[in-house]
Amino acid sequence: MNETRISPEQIDALYERLHREAEASGYHLNPDREFTRGLVEGLLVNEQRYGYPACPCRLATGDKQKDLDIICPCDYRDPDLVEWGACYCALYVSDDVLEGKRQVQSIPERRPPEGQRPQERPAAPPAGAPIAPPLPVWRCRVCGYLCAREQPPGVCPICKAKRERFERFW
Amino acid sequence: MSQAKGSVTGSQNRHRVQFFGISTCIWCKRTRQFLEERSVAFDYVYVDLLHGQEQEEAKAQVRRWNPSLSFPTIVVDDARCVVGYRPEELAEVLGL
Repeated sequence: MNETRISPEQIDALYERLHREAEASGYHLNPDREFTRGLVEGLLVNEQRYGYPACPCRLATGDKQKDLDIICPCDYRDPDLVEWGACYCALYVSDDVLEGKRQVQSIPERRPPEGQRPQERPAAPPAGAPIAPPLPVWRCRVCGYLCAREQPPGVCPICKAKRERFERFW
Repeated sequence: MSQAKGSVTGSQNRHRVQFFGISTCIWCKRTRQFLEERSVAFDYVYVDLLHGQEQEEAKAQVRRWNPSLSFPTIVVDDARCVVGYRPEELAEVLGL
């Protein structure tokens, strides 16, 4: 593998940005700094290797379209935070974990098999919607943020997921 | 940087232990540390560092035991499989 090494400064810079963004929108990074720095390094490796920060604990394909649901923050983070107190790789944790009321553990994979993944669902709004809204409604597949406008935003204002993670909701 | 595959020797060598992991995954790293601390002999493969046919073969091996293709997957004696970082379960399966 021709991978350039990731410097501690790069890890610190991304760690700080993710920490700031998480706290600003009601999320938390794992307080185990060494563990979390390891995952941040994995995100940087994947950014370099694939061109996007795929989940460090999942096998990416190198085809961005196929891996959209596992680009960090992944589509499964929020349901895993509710059910397990942490996302799959445990980069993000819930309030309970942050406060020491709950332990982080290795959790089952929530990602469905190929053919049933969120980006593979039809892009059209659901059939049988009673009235057409005056504007299309877009939903962030990561955090559920909804907005009514002609096009989805470039970046989700809540969880910072990029435009390609939005789906037509209505 | 991890090697894509290899073997680790250890005094606990009664079982054939195959470790399948992702090189960037911290749960995989913890699992490997556990095996090494307990002196377990094992073969390892980092599936993300393989390419082409070799990667496909490794994926097929993992899927046989763990259809969700998640990591780490540890196969013991071609008979049992432990998925995720599960030190207690590994200790029990390996008789540590």
